[in-house]
Amino acid sequence: MGFFDKIKAKVTSVFEAVGFDKLVSGLEKTRAAFVNRLQKVLGGGRKIDAQLLDEVEEILITSDIGVTTSAKIIENVKATVKKERFENAEQIYDLIKQEILAIFAKAQQQWTPLDYNLTGKSKPYSMLIVGVNGVGKTTTIGKLSNNFKNHGKKVIIGAADTFRAAANEQLEVWAERAGVDIVSQHQGADPAAVAFDTMNAALARDTDVVIIDTAGRLHNKTHLMTELEKIGRVMKKNRADAPNEVLLVLDATTGQNALQQAREFTKVAPLTGLILTKLDGTAKGGIVIAITDELQLPVRFIGVGEKIDDLQLFDPVAYVEALFEQPEKADS
Amino acid sequence: MFESLQSRLEQALKKMRGQAKITEENIEEAIKEIRTAFLDADVNFAVVKKFIEDIKAKAVGMEVKGNLLPGQLVVKVVYDELVELMGAQKSELLYARSGPTIILVAGLQGSGKTTFCGKLSVYLKKKGRQPLLVAADIYRPAAIEQLKVLGQQANVPVFTVENANPRQIASDSLQYARKYNRDVIIVDTAGRLTIDEEMMNEVEDISKLLNPVETLFVCDAMTGQDAVNTAKAFHERLNLTGVVLTKLDGDTRGGAALSIRTVVGKPIKFVGIGEKIDALELFHPERIASRILGMGDILTLVEKAQSEIDEKEAAKLEEKIRKNEFNLQDFLEQLKVIKRMGSLKDLLGMIPGMDSAMRNVQIDDKAFSKVEAIIFSMTKEERSNPKIINGGRRRRIALGSGSSIQDVNRLLKQFEDMQKMMKMMTKGNMASKMRNFKMPTGFRR
Repeated sequence: MGFFDKIKAKVTSVFEAVGFDKLVSGLEKTRAAFVNRLQKVLGGGRKIDAQLLDEVEEILITSDIGVTTSAKIIENVKATVKKERFENAEQIYDLIKQEILAIFAKAQQQWTPLDYNLTGKSKPYSMLIVGVNGVGKTTTIGKLSNNFKNHGKKVIIGAADTFRAAANEQLEVWAERAGVDIVSQHQGADPAAVAFDTMNAALARDTDVVIIDTAGRLHNKTHLMTELEKIGRVMKKNRADAPNEVLLVLDATTGQNALQQAREFTKVAPLTGLILTKLDGTAKGGIVIAITDELQLPVRFIGVGEKIDDLQLFDPVAYVEALFEQPEKADS
Repeated sequence: MFESLQSRLEQALKKMRGQAKITEENIEEAIKEIRTAFLDADVNFAVVKKFIEDIKAKAVGMEVKGNLLPGQLVVKVVYDELVELMGAQKSELLYARSGPTIILVAGLQGSGKTTFCGKLSVYLKKKGRQPLLVAADIYRPAAIEQLKVLGQQANVPVFTVENANPRQIASDSLQYARKYNRDVIIVDTAGRLTIDEEMMNEVEDISKLLNPVETLFVCDAMTGQDAVNTAKAFHERLNLTGVVLTKLDGDTRGGAALSIRTVVGKPIKFVGIGEKIDALELFHPERIASRILGMGDILTLVEKAQSEIDEKEAAKLEEKIRKNEFNLQDFLEQLKVIKRMGSLKDLLGMIPGMDSAMRNVQIDDKAFSKVEAIIFSMTKEERSNPKIINGGRRRRIALGSGSSIQDVNRLLKQFEDMQKMMKMMTKGNMASKMRNFKMPTGFRR
């Protein structure tokens, strides 16, 4: 199990990383509840049996991981238990963690890493941010711009949400806070035109990062999805490789419908990754595990608060650890 | 697309064939299916558990009789129970006996509070009220601006105080409402997490200060397992009087509705069904029940069709179908309407029973273009009377539309099948007939 040894080593380093405390405290409630229940199930020197596995499955489902993926995880765990002749209930705990990490790792392997340094990435590096209504796209873009700016990158935002009342104003406030450029038009303007203008401005101004905000759209609305397709197409006019990233923003409170969202969005704007927001609440966002498993998409960033620096690079190990960590370890 | 619970139940109840009663044993498999369907629909785990027990208690001992299959019987029990659970209480908006009616709107970030407030003000105006919108979200950038824009669209005044805290804004709004004779005050609060003690205190203070008649919890219909925790936390602080379910125009099954209803025990009063300012509806328990069960949403389909099809046209069409005069020209026009309504697969998914019938059918909307091209290449006479289309005509049509004779043949055959189906449909019991109807092969890929 060389892979898991590597992961263990990584856990240690992640614990020391600055962002982890915040994630831990952000996920405090979540984790406490989860761990308490896991301990109840797994503690007391229980033997591994069908009932125990049922109880573990219940915990996974209540994290929004979904029936199918939960069942799959349990199946794999069962197989390992049989193969390795595990008997102690507490070993299940590690096995579940490893199963989930394996899902993340498999998807992540297929993509080049993305961080704020943009090493080896094309310039300008263009990102299209998409999602249904109210998941936190605009807020995420504000934080994202801020982070890139702090890494010495020149950022330009395109306000292509020309639909929602005061979306422009909201994004302008964020642009000002982050101190980055913004391209916007009046409400009701063609969002594809805004995206086009932003790409042009980026090329003219020697910009490192382009971030295009889009209006929230439900994935079953054909005309809105067609509009999104057009935005992606228009971005290519001056840069054939644009958009370099199409990131789907998912609200951690969302349940099984998020899977449907990912499936539909990727049809019109081929996704390159996910952003999971609102992880500072009581919701667990477990659906990203199902999405990652099915669509092989990497989770790129997570939102853990409302402040401008509350957006972190996603670290699967940190995420899973924060979900499963024993409370006393987190305190130390 | 989700498989319909009914077809899964029929599968699960196969061993019941020939047995006249539902027993603890023969319902076991079906119970498992119900559980999965509910969990897939995002109904909270604990709520599902309790619900399943109730269903079991009700169903065991029931006799299978008449035309009902065991699966249908069980679905009926589940459906009835769901409707009862969600609609037992009347869900109209309450008004104050004297003085202005205060409505406090609260919820998580991004659940759609501000949009709902705008819609509610329009709804109240239509009811002859004089609403006032109060912008008390000082945190999210441009939230106040957003409400102002919505107020403008609705032609409803928006009250706020620059550089004031939400408590201040709320209490000042009372005086403003009295002075300008506004009889309903809608207070839009900032989105907040239930674990944010400070913010929860704030909204609790506002509530105590205003003593609202209605405290509405706005919840995104796509919410997962956490809906229960959130609703409970808000209810403990604010003593909710009702729930608003937003973004129901998406394709979520909306299990959160059942979870919240069970945990909080308060009615769902409104549902948000679109981004337009009048896209607000009173809550219909039957609809959400079918949705959760994956039984399709025939009412939504009907409404969607209604918005696209002219009443008179529809009556004419119905007449034609009844007299068996439906021809290829009519078919062409129907195709246009369907195209306007959105993806065919989505539409079909709303029809009960179709969901499972279509399970393995891949529908390509582009297939329509081919069908259209073929019909376009026909003469008027051929369209109204396809029977005259002989070999020579077929060759010409194929050439003209850039397709093969086989394609033309297939379309004509499909059309014939369709006419047969229409004949059956006019005799009623659409869903069961539909199941026997083979989907035109041209729509397969």
